[in-house]
Amino acid sequence: MRPTHSGTMSKLKNKKRNLEENEDEQLPIFDKDGGKDGHLDDGDDDQGDLSDSEESVFSGLEESGSEDEEEEDDDDEEEEEEEEDASEGKSSDVEEDKTVKGDEDNQLSAKEVIKPQTDGQNSKEKKKKKKAAGKEGGEESIASIRDGGLQISSQVDEYEHDTSDEEDIRNTVGNIPMEWYKDYPHIGYDLDGKKIFKPIRNKDELDEFLDKMENPDYWRTVQDKMTGADIRLSDEQVDLVHRLQQGKFGDVSFNEYEPAIDFFSNEVMIHPVTNRPEDKRSFIPSLIEKEKVGKLVHAIKMGWIKPRRPKETTPQYYDLWAKEDPNSILGRHKMHVPAPKIRLPGHEESYNPPPEYMLSEEERLAWEQQDPEDRKLSFLPQKFACLRAVPAYSRFIHERFERCLDLYLCPRQRKMRVNVKPEDLIPKLPKPKDLQPFPTTQSLVYRGHSSLVRSISVSPSGQWLVSGSDDCTVRFWEVSTARCLKTVEVGGAVKGVAWNPNPSVCLVAVSYDDTVVLLNPGLGDRLVCNATDQLISSYEEPEEVKDQAVQWAVAEGEGHEQGQRLILKHPKAVRQVTWHGKGDYLACVMPDNGSSLQVVIHQVSKRRTQNPFRKNKGLVQCVSFHPIRPYFFVATQRYVRVYNLIKQELTKKLMANCKWISSMAIHPGGDNVICGSYDCRLAWFDLDLSTKPYKVLRHHKKALRSVAYHRHYPLFVSGSDDGSIIVCHGMVYNDLLQNPLIVPVKVLKGHTITHDLGVLDVTFHPTQPWVFSSGSDGTVRLFT
Amino acid sequence: MGGLQKKKYESGSATNYISRNRARKKLSLSLADFRRLCILKGIYPHEPKHKKKVNKGSTAPRTFYLLKDIRFLLHEPIVGKFREYKIFVRKLRKAYSKAEWSGVERIKDNKPVYKLDHIIKERYPTFIDAVRDVDDALSMCFLFSTFARTGKCHVQTIQLCRRLSVEWMNYIISSRSLRKVFLSIKGIYYQAEVLGQTITWIIPYQFAHDHPTDVDYRVMATFTELYTTLLGFVNFRLYQTLNLVYPPKLDGQGEFNLKAEFEEDYALESESYSEKLSALSASLARTVPSVEDEEAELDHFPVEGEDLEKMEAREKIELEQNKQMKLFEGLKFFLNREVPRESLAFVIRCFGGQVSWDKSLCIGSTYDQTDETITHHIVDRPSIDKQYINRYYVQPQWVYDCVNGKILLPVEEYFLGVTLPPHLSPFVEESEGDYVPPEKLKLLALQRGEKPQAEDDEEEEEEEEEDDNEEEDQSEEDESEDEANLAEMEEKRTQGKSLSVKVTPGKVKPVNRMKAEQEEKAEEKRLAIMMMKKREKYLYDKIMFGKKRHVREANKLAAKRKAHDDANKADKKKKKKKC
Repeated sequence: MRPTHSGTMSKLKNKKRNLEENEDEQLPIFDKDGGKDGHLDDGDDDQGDLSDSEESVFSGLEESGSEDEEEEDDDDEEEEEEEEDASEGKSSDVEEDKTVKGDEDNQLSAKEVIKPQTDGQNSKEKKKKKKAAGKEGGEESIASIRDGGLQISSQVDEYEHDTSDEEDIRNTVGNIPMEWYKDYPHIGYDLDGKKIFKPIRNKDELDEFLDKMENPDYWRTVQDKMTGADIRLSDEQVDLVHRLQQGKFGDVSFNEYEPAIDFFSNEVMIHPVTNRPEDKRSFIPSLIEKEKVGKLVHAIKMGWIKPRRPKETTPQYYDLWAKEDPNSILGRHKMHVPAPKIRLPGHEESYNPPPEYMLSEEERLAWEQQDPEDRKLSFLPQKFACLRAVPAYSRFIHERFERCLDLYLCPRQRKMRVNVKPEDLIPKLPKPKDLQPFPTTQSLVYRGHSSLVRSISVSPSGQWLVSGSDDCTVRFWEVSTARCLKTVEVGGAVKGVAWNPNPSVCLVAVSYDDTVVLLNPGLGDRLVCNATDQLISSYEEPEEVKDQAVQWAVAEGEGHEQGQRLILKHPKAVRQVTWHGKGDYLACVMPDNGSSLQVVIHQVSKRRTQNPFRKNKGLVQCVSFHPIRPYFFVATQRYVRVYNLIKQELTKKLMANCKWISSMAIHPGGDNVICGSYDCRLAWFDLDLSTKPYKVLRHHKKALRSVAYHRHYPLFVSGSDDGSIIVCHGMVYNDLLQNPLIVPVKVLKGHTITHDLGVLDVTFHPTQPWVFSSGSDGTVRLFT
Repeated sequence: MGGLQKKKYESGSATNYISRNRARKKLSLSLADFRRLCILKGIYPHEPKHKKKVNKGSTAPRTFYLLKDIRFLLHEPIVGKFREYKIFVRKLRKAYSKAEWSGVERIKDNKPVYKLDHIIKERYPTFIDAVRDVDDALSMCFLFSTFARTGKCHVQTIQLCRRLSVEWMNYIISSRSLRKVFLSIKGIYYQAEVLGQTITWIIPYQFAHDHPTDVDYRVMATFTELYTTLLGFVNFRLYQTLNLVYPPKLDGQGEFNLKAEFEEDYALESESYSEKLSALSASLARTVPSVEDEEAELDHFPVEGEDLEKMEAREKIELEQNKQMKLFEGLKFFLNREVPRESLAFVIRCFGGQVSWDKSLCIGSTYDQTDETITHHIVDRPSIDKQYINRYYVQPQWVYDCVNGKILLPVEEYFLGVTLPPHLSPFVEESEGDYVPPEKLKLLALQRGEKPQAEDDEEEEEEEEEDDNEEEDQSEEDESEDEANLAEMEEKRTQGKSLSVKVTPGKVKPVNRMKAEQEEKAEEKRLAIMMMKKREKYLYDKIMFGKKRHVREANKLAAKRKAHDDANKADKKKKKKKC
C-alpha cells in the first residue's frame, strides 16, 4: 500500500521529476540519427531512463486494462523495489488525475481507488520484465557501438526500436477501423487470450477543461486512436510537426540545395551520347503531313478556307450626317407613319401625388377587378413619404417591351382627327324672332269634354270650333270666348269631325261608328244656315236609283232638332272624314286591310257615293283632296299614293321611309306634303323634287298623331303623344330652284299625358297664326 | 363593251398590301430573321383602309405590310449578312462536333459582322430626324445600362449602353438643355430640348431588376443594337456641335486631381476613367477652348409673318429659359449618401450648380462635407446628427420641384422630417375647364412673383373673413331696421289723413331680362340642334358627351380634394382644442 502514502507525501517532488524525465525522455525515439552522440554519452542510465519514461507515458493505458492480471500481482515483488521511483511517479500521476476529476468520484470505494494503482504497478513490472531482454540487447548493442562502427550500431538500434512485439501488448488487433471496438471496453487480446482493456477515459468536459487550464503540456498531448491512450509529444516530435507544417523536410540535416551535377553538359563532346544511326524516316517527308497540307491547299484553292479578315479601320462612330442631303429622302418615306411618342405622365403617376389623385377604396377594388386592357390607368397611384421609400417598379421592363412590340408589330394607320367645335356643327338657322308670327303661348282652354277629344275642326270663318270626343258628344265652341255653344249627342264615340270649307255652307261632318252625320250647327249667319238647310232639302231623287254602298237618310225628329241633316250608314266603321275644298265632296276612310271598300267619296248635293278604287293595297290611314287640282291623296301604312281623279290613274307614289303613317297634311300650294308617323318622324315631301322625303324631322320623342299646315302663313304644326306641339316655319318659295326652308320655331306644351296619349289633333285657325289642339286630357287648347 | 372581264383583287388596294406570311416567303427568311429585319429597317404593318378588300374578301385577322416596303427589303445587304451568320453558326457547330479546334479558331476569326450605319442613314436622312426619334433609344439604353452583367444579354452591350448614356448625360449637362424632371413611381422622367426637339426619356430607379419571364429579350436586344448605333452617331454629332472632344474627355485640370486620388482603386485605367466620366462632376474638354462670355446677345429678327407681339413673347420665353439655365448657379450642393446620386448630380449640374458627395460613396467628389461654402445639403432621412448652421438641409424633391417651377422655391416646405408638398407632373398643361390642383395654382402665383402665404395666415384670414361676414350681417340687419323705422314713420304720417278709396298696389313682376335672353338663346340652340343632320348630330352628341365626362371628372377631383382638405382642417382643429 505504498503508493497511497507516497502519492500523498511526495506529490510535488514527483511531479517535478516527472517533468524532468519527460524533457529528456524520448529523444531517441525520433532522434535516431541526430541524437546519437547524446546517447553515447549517457550510456546505460539513459537507456534505463528511457524505458522508465516509456512506462510512465503509457501508464494510464495499462492502469485500466490490468484488472484481469491480478493473479500476477504477487509475482516479482523484488523488482517492485527497483521500480519504486517510477511507480511513485505513476501513482502520483494517477492521484492527480483523481483529484482533478473532482468530488464526484469521492464516493467511489477506496478499493476502487487503490486497485488501479496497484494494477498499474503490476502491469508496469510485467512490462519491465518483458522488456528486460530487449534492454539487455540494447545495452549490448551500445557496447558494440562503442567498440565498432557507426553503421552497426544503427542497425542494432533499428532492431531495438522495432517494437513490433511490444506493440502486441498495446494493440493486437492490427490496422483495423477502431470504431469496430467502439462499444467494447477492450481492444483485442493479448498472447494469453485475455482481453486488453482500453484505458478508462471517463474524463468529462469539466475535466478536459481543467486539464487544459492546468496541464502545461496539454497542447502537446494527442490521443492515439489505435490504443485510445493520450500521448504527450516530445520536443523533437513537436519540432518535427512544426517542420512538416512549414513544408520543410522532416529531417533537419537534409540539404535540399545540394549542387546538381549535370549528366548532359552544354559542352560539345567529340563523342555522341548515343551512337545510334538516324532512322530512314527522318530523311523522308512525312506522308501524313503531306496529306494534311494537301487538304489545306485544296481547301484554300476551293475557297473553303478564307484568309483572315482585315481589321476594321473605320471608327465605330463618326459624323454620319456630314453630307446631309434633305432631298435624298426615299419615296417610301411618303407613306411613313411615324410612331406616336409615349404619353407623358400625369399627376397621378407622381411618387407623391396630390391627395385627390389617390384612388379611394371602391375605386381601387374596381380597378383590380377590371381587365388589364380596360383599365384607364395601367398602375395604382401610390404615395410615398420620401424619395428613399420608393421601390422599383416591377413592370418597367414589361412596359419597355410592350413599347418595342408596338413599334414593330402594331399596324399603323393615319387617322384624321376631327377637330370641330361643337358649335360649328349646329346649323345656322334664321332666328325664330325674325320668323314671327307664330303661336307662342297658350291663351285659352276649352273645357267640357269628359273623355279624350279625338278630332277638332274650325269653321271657315274662324269663329267657331267643333270638337268630337269619346264621350259621344260633339261640342261647338266660340273660339274667342271658349264658350261651349252647343252640344250634340251622337250614338257613339266620335272619331272625326270636319267643317265644310265652303263659307257659304254651314255643315259639319261627324263620324262615329259606321255612321257619318252631316250636321248643321246653326251658328253664325242665319242666312247661311237657312241656305244650307234649303240646299239639303232641295234634293230631288233621281229617276234611276242606283244601288249604293252607303245608305243616305234624312234625319228627322230629335236628330233634326239637334241639327242633324243627313245620315250616311256605312258598311264599316268610319275613321276619318274630309271635305273637298269646294265643299261638295266628302271622303270617308274605313280602314280594313285588303278590302276593296276602304275609301268612299260622297257627293252631298247629289247624295251620291262612289268607290273610287277597285282595289286598295294595304291599310288606308287617311285621305286628302288636293286643294287646287283634281288630285286625291291616299296614305297607307308606308306610302302615300297620289291619284288623278279625272284621268283616273296613279300619278305618284311617295315613299315615307317610316313604319306607319298616322296623319297627312297638304300644303295650300299643293306641291308639298307632310306626313306624321307613329315612329316619331315627320316627313316633308316636295312633290316636284322626288318621291322620297325632302326632309325627315325627328323632333318628337313619341308617336306623331296629327300634322297641319296653315292656310296663309308659312307654318306647320305637329302634335305628338309626348304632349308637345312643335310649330315649324316651313317656307315654300315660288322659285322652283329654291328648296323649302324648314325651321322649328316653338315647342308648345300644355296637354297632360293620360293613358300614354298626349295631343290627338291639331289644327290652325284659318286666318290667324293660332293653333288649336285637342288632347287626351279632354281639353282643347288654343295657342296664340 | 367587249374585252376581258376584270378579275377581282388584281388591282387597287389588294395589290398594294401583302400579308406577313407572304412577305416572309417572298424574302425567304425565317420568322426570327424577318422580325429582326423589320426592327432594324423600321418596317411596320399598315392598317388598310378597307381590310376586307385587301384580305380578298376574307375577314380573317391578318397583319398587312405595304408591298413597297417589302420590295424595298429585298435589296437590303443585311439580309445577306443574316444568311452568312446562319452559315457561320452551322460551320462552327460542325467543327465543334468534330473537335477540330484549329478549324474552330479559324472559323471564329472570320465571324461575319454587320454594321447598321447605312440603315441609320437611310432611316434618318437628316440629323434632325434622328434627334426627333431618339426618345425610345434613350429609354432603352438607360434601361440596359442598369442590367446586371449576367445572363440576359451580352456584357459588351451593357457596357456600351452605359457608355452611351453617360455620354448623353454629359452632353445634356454641357449644353444645359434639360427642361423638366418628374419623379414618378415608375422611374424618373427627364425632358430635354435638343436642337429644338423635345426629348423625353425615363430612367428606372437604381434597383436590381426582377427579370420577367414573359419578355422576349431577343426582341429587346435587336432594338438595343439599333438604338446603340443611333445614339452613338447622334452623340458624336451633338458633341461636335458643342466643340467637345468626342470620346468625351474630362477637362484638363480636374483630371489630374482625380487621377492622383483614385488611381489605385481600379484595375484598368480605362475603367476608372469611365467611372470618373459617369460621376458627372467634372466638365468636359473642348476642341476649341471656349470663351464663355463671348456669346454676344443675338439680335432678334422678326420672322416673316410674325408680328411684334409674337416676337416679344418669343423673346420673353427665351429670357425665361436663360434664367432657368442658370437656376442653381452659385449654389453648392452636398449629397448625403442615401439620395439618388446620379440623378441629382445630373440635374444640379444641368442648371449650373456645384455638387459633391462623400468620398467613399463614389469617385469624383470635389469637396468635402465640412466645406463651409456649401449652401444646400440634400438629405433624405428624418433627421441628421451634425448640422452646419450656414446651409439648408433639404429633401431631394426640392431640387426637382425647383427645376419644374423654374424658380428657387422656398426651402421651408422641404426641410428634414417635414411632410413634403405633393410632387406635380410638369408635363400636364391644363387647358380651360381642366382640374388644376391647388398646389399648381400656388406655384403659378409664385412664378408671377406673388408672395406665398403660410397656411396659418390663411387660416387666420379665413377666420377674419368669417368675422367680416358676421359684421356684414349685422350691418344688413341694421339697414333693415332702419327701413322698418322709416315705414313706421310714414305710417304715422299717413294715419292723419286716411283715404276712403283703397288702392291695392299691383305686384311688380320683375322681368329678369338677362335670364329671359339666356332662356331664349338656349331655346334657340335647342331648336337648332333639332334640325341637325343625323351624322352631325351623332358627332355632336359624342363631343358633348366627352366634354361632359371631362367636366364630371374635374368636378370629382375637386370634390375629393375638398373632402380631404376639410378632413385635414377638422383634424387640426381637434388638435388645437386638445392643446
